[in-house]
Amino acid sequence: MNILVCLSAVPDTTTKISFVDNDSKFNTAGVQFIINPYDELALTKALELTEANGGEVTIITVGDASVEPVMRKGLAIGAHKAIRVNTEALDGMHVAKCITSAIEGESFDMILTGRESIDYNGGQVAGILSEMLNMGLVNVVTSLTVEGNTITAVRDIDGGRETVSANMPCVISAQKELCEPRIPNMRGIMQARTKPLTVVEYSDSYAETKYTGYELPPAKQGVKLIDAENAGELIDLLRTEKKIL
Amino acid sequence: MVLVFVETEGTSLKKASQEALTYGADLASKLNTECSAIAIGSESGLENTGAYGASKLFAVSGAGLNEFTPEGYSEAIHQVASNNNASIVLISASYTGKSIAPKVAVKLSASLTTGVVAMPNTENGFSVRKTCFSNKAFSDVEVTGEKKVISIVPNSYEIKEFDQNAEVVSSDIDVSSFIKSKSVSIDKVQGKIPLTEAELVVSAGRGLKGPENWGMIEELADVLGAATACSKPVSDMDWRPHSEHVGQTGITIKPNLYIAAGISGAIQHLAGVSSSKVICVINTDPEAPFFKAADYGIVGDAFDVIPKLIARAKELKAS
Repeated sequence: MNILVCLSAVPDTTTKISFVDNDSKFNTAGVQFIINPYDELALTKALELTEANGGEVTIITVGDASVEPVMRKGLAIGAHKAIRVNTEALDGMHVAKCITSAIEGESFDMILTGRESIDYNGGQVAGILSEMLNMGLVNVVTSLTVEGNTITAVRDIDGGRETVSANMPCVISAQKELCEPRIPNMRGIMQARTKPLTVVEYSDSYAETKYTGYELPPAKQGVKLIDAENAGELIDLLRTEKKIL
Repeated sequence: MVLVFVETEGTSLKKASQEALTYGADLASKLNTECSAIAIGSESGLENTGAYGASKLFAVSGAGLNEFTPEGYSEAIHQVASNNNASIVLISASYTGKSIAPKVAVKLSASLTTGVVAMPNTENGFSVRKTCFSNKAFSDVEVTGEKKVISIVPNSYEIKEFDQNAEVVSSDIDVSSFIKSKSVSIDKVQGKIPLTEAELVVSAGRGLKGPENWGMIEELADVLGAATACSKPVSDMDWRPHSEHVGQTGITIKPNLYIAAGISGAIQHLAGVSSSKVICVINTDPEAPFFKAADYGIVGDAFDVIPKLIARAKELKAS
């Protein structure tokens, strides 16, 4: 099996988000970047599948050289090789075009992504890739098995779950529960330094959506404390003050 | 034309679809155009599309549309949007919507904006507000494509009722050649409010000490008519199903009321719930960071407090 995993470098989940340049840019000062947690699941699942069925896992990331440490971590976890598309990721469409351009001529049995990135939360790339590459799509997947050329996946649906089967090649997006993420070991970290990381260019910077400004949610006015002895008062306040209940 | 994809649940339109329709009708009147709805394969529950803002309803069925597939549904929407010159396609960010919006955008060569939470600003171009950094912030996105696909976050637009009936246009189309996946089985949790659509949510964390203590959380949720949720550690330890995990790597929700018991309020958890209109926090630790993000706080043990809330809610319900 030949699997492509799309990895995105995102701010660590503990990051306190702030903006600079008149709230027009994300403030990356002091921010630790990690593999997007859902992409990490996608990578681990890809490794499990190739360990069981043979084959290779290629990771691909769109970004400048600053994303390479995150990609090296992907290689340390076990990916066989990496491709970096050397351009700034503009939006989901642009990222998908970067990826399809970079893998032109190669054939993958499966493309695995996270169900969304935790920075821009688009959840777009898996769907766009499936359409551009004319592949099947199973989105937000919590369980995945492969038999011959057929995959069986369990995906989240509104109010429940659905089991779906599809033929490869296909695009799968990973949801929590798909597998336990792996922590790279020392051998993996050493090997990652010499695994191939190819840099390719993509010069088209056309995008139809542009992030123009950011805003933090308004701060709360301050908490109103209720005595635990009279906890029931909360229900009354929700009725009278907030008119919710 | 603004075309809104709608879904039904039983015999009525899904709440998220009602919101998307109202959004579509308001947007259409802003742009001096009309709002139409598209429903796929549904037979019942579509009577009220007019009342939520659609002047026309495209009821589409045919080969390949008897069950949901991303390929079949997106192709049907694509065909109806193209044949009727839709300039904007609105899709609620339900799991179904998330699977089809990107595909529809590619098919239509449209720009795609997902996670939108407010009406666009059309004064100077077309700018929409979306959530980003997993609800830790909002961003404004300028959309320049002539055609646009927009997905709207559930619970972010208020439903209005319109005094009109939708003209129904039924059509039969064959999308079977597009299908690439097959539904094997569907397992729906019966009688539970989907967390993303719930207006009231009762949630609990590690402070509850074990899964056996969730009875009172469920009882409180039940008496209030709320959905239940939990923190990440709780779903990681399998005390509760992961579908209840709200937070940065779980589900992000924006209910009217979020009651959290025994959750300290780590930044990742806050990201998932901070858009809730009213937040109530119950925690034994007065220093718990969650109190800073709360509207109401009770410093106390959930095992004492929750039964009191249940008792009072029952009293008021009975009176």
